[in-house]
Amino acid sequence: MVYLTRKTEFSASHFYHNPEFTPEENQRVFGKCNNPNGHGHNYTLEVTVKGAVDPKSGFVVDLKQLKDVMGREVLDAFDHRFLNKEVPEFLTKIPTTENLAIAIWQRLAPKLNAAQLHRVRVYETPDLFVDFYGENFHAKDFHGGA
Amino acid sequence: MKAHLTRRYMFSASHRLHSDKLSAEENRATYGKCNNPYGHGHNYTVEITVSGPVDEQTGMVCNLVDLDGFVRSEILERYDHQNLNLLREFAKEVPTTENLCIAIYEIVTRGFRHAHLEKVRIEETMMNSFEYRGEE
Ligand SMILES: [Zn+2]
Repeated sequence: MVYLTRKTEFSASHFYHNPEFTPEENQRVFGKCNNPNGHGHNYTLEVTVKGAVDPKSGFVVDLKQLKDVMGREVLDAFDHRFLNKEVPEFLTKIPTTENLAIAIWQRLAPKLNAAQLHRVRVYETPDLFVDFYGENFHAKDFHGGA
Repeated sequence: MKAHLTRRYMFSASHRLHSDKLSAEENRATYGKCNNPYGHGHNYTVEITVSGPVDEQTGMVCNLVDLDGFVRSEILERYDHQNLNLLREFAKEVPTTENLCIAIYEIVTRGFRHAHLEKVRIEETMMNSFEYRGEE
């Protein structure tokens, strides 16, 4: 088994708000991130796939294909968007880094034919990142998506 | 759905690698420049990785305010701008970054209640890093 990681970047804005909380609870739990006008980040996304090395090509996965899928499924939807308002998953889910990693997993996993998705890592800043390995993943709990 | 969250912190501290169990020559042979009697310092980067279910209400593994607050009061306050050799945990242990990893792991795993500690990783310089995940 060989692991291959492809990195990309996107910039997007978001804010954190739970409509079931009172304004005070929202403020207490989410702090500055609760500002409804949003704020932005330069996100870095690392997608790691795993698989056997194809004896003919010497590849785990066709990098061109992986790059295209990441572009189509993630960058086209997320880059230079206000996540809360423009990305279907985040009309109902709070666009935390955790939920971004899960949403990206959900978008990519069914689209990778040859290789298997191993890890989605999302950096919100260089000092904060989330890894999602598909543990306890239930697509039905996570509506939206393409 | 379970996710892993990693946060990076920095602190600066000095240390001298010297073992009372070794002779002066053995100390020099083992630790080289790191055995110089007055010590030297590093800018340490500490990565704390915690895991847990993503809370339905908040979308979070744990609130960063809780993690940052804990690390500030229990780790950074303790180690930043200190001489590691003078701290209680290094009275008998050599303050290598291996032992520092274990010391920080023990503090977080005992004291932090908001998520499960997966691992502690420390970069001593840009060239060296160390990880501890507890005893398997
Ligand atoms: Zn933010």
